[in-house]
Amino acid sequence: MSRRVRKRYLAFRVVSDQSISKRDVADAVWNAVLRLFGEYGTSQTNLALIEYDQEKSWGIIRCSHRAVEMVRASITSLTEINEKPVAIHVLGVYGTLKALRRKVSL
Amino acid sequence: MKKFVDLHLQPSIKDLTQMKKMVSLASELGYRMIGITLPPNVTRDTVKQLQSICNNVKTDLITRMDLSPKTPRELLHKLSRFRRKFEVISVICTSKAVARQAAKDRRVDLLSFPATSPRKRFFDHAEAELASKAFSSLEIDMAPLISSKSFSRIRLLSSLRKEVRIARKFSVPITISSGATNIHLIRGPYDYAAVASLFDMATPLALRALSETPLTIVQRNREKLSPNFVAPGIRLVRRKNCCPDA
Repeated sequence: MSRRVRKRYLAFRVVSDQSISKRDVADAVWNAVLRLFGEYGTSQTNLALIEYDQEKSWGIIRCSHRAVEMVRASITSLTEINEKPVAIHVLGVYGTLKALRRKVSL
Repeated sequence: MKKFVDLHLQPSIKDLTQMKKMVSLASELGYRMIGITLPPNVTRDTVKQLQSICNNVKTDLITRMDLSPKTPRELLHKLSRFRRKFEVISVICTSKAVARQAAKDRRVDLLSFPATSPRKRFFDHAEAELASKAFSSLEIDMAPLISSKSFSRIRLLSSLRKEVRIARKFSVPITISSGATNIHLIRGPYDYAAVASLFDMATPLALRALSETPLTIVQRNREKLSPNFVAPGIRLVRRKNCCPDA
């Protein structure tokens, strides 16, 4: 019997002078992980952008609990989206969406 | 709770708006002490102004100077001139002779190496041995690592991995700083710890490099710069005329 894959939820905030769409954020995060860890590494992350508020510039990323550091390092290494400077700050890492919404005031 | 320190912010001194933005973002991200690189001719008024900016966001300003000498002689001259004016002195080692002199001089707090050229990273076994005796710390700036891409990042990661291994072997303290020149290059301490895992620094070690190690440097230097300091281990407790019974 295989064990269920444990997940982690990362709340993040995008700091940029311009508004960035959900699609652009998702592409940038995927590309950052791919660039840093390659196809094999990325396949182990179970990465998904599950929520993004374009107005407030914050979102939630889900990944495997074993890949939190990988995803966090990749997000940190992002410095531009659409050739415009950005910074993505991880606000916290949580085991459930319920805990994330309770603790991070977004 | 850890007290995080970013020893290396490099905003433009003339642009106060950018300075305020950077300092408030760093404070928001959890840094309680911020080191700002200042020019050698900085005035007291400017330092006071910076202190008030930092105090407004409940952070502590650390005055820092980056020396980039071409020869060991120039390094010695600059150290004797600026050591007592700044709380933290960092030496950017651009040659092997300068790197060796900086590593063995106790007045140097941080050893920095240019991130752009791997051949100028002189932190080897001999350097580490000298640095461990003189209590100098190896400084790793994160901004060049974050902003570099492809081959330059690969080379930098490779160099950093080697340097961290050597530093640990010789018990040389490591300091992680942002080295940020604008708000887009500042990250939180836990984000830096995640990036540090890329060059084989375990999370507890990385967090120590962001909190305890720089804090120790600052406390040691503040004690030395205080008017009550006499010599290491000796400080003035009270003066004769302040105790009428004595």
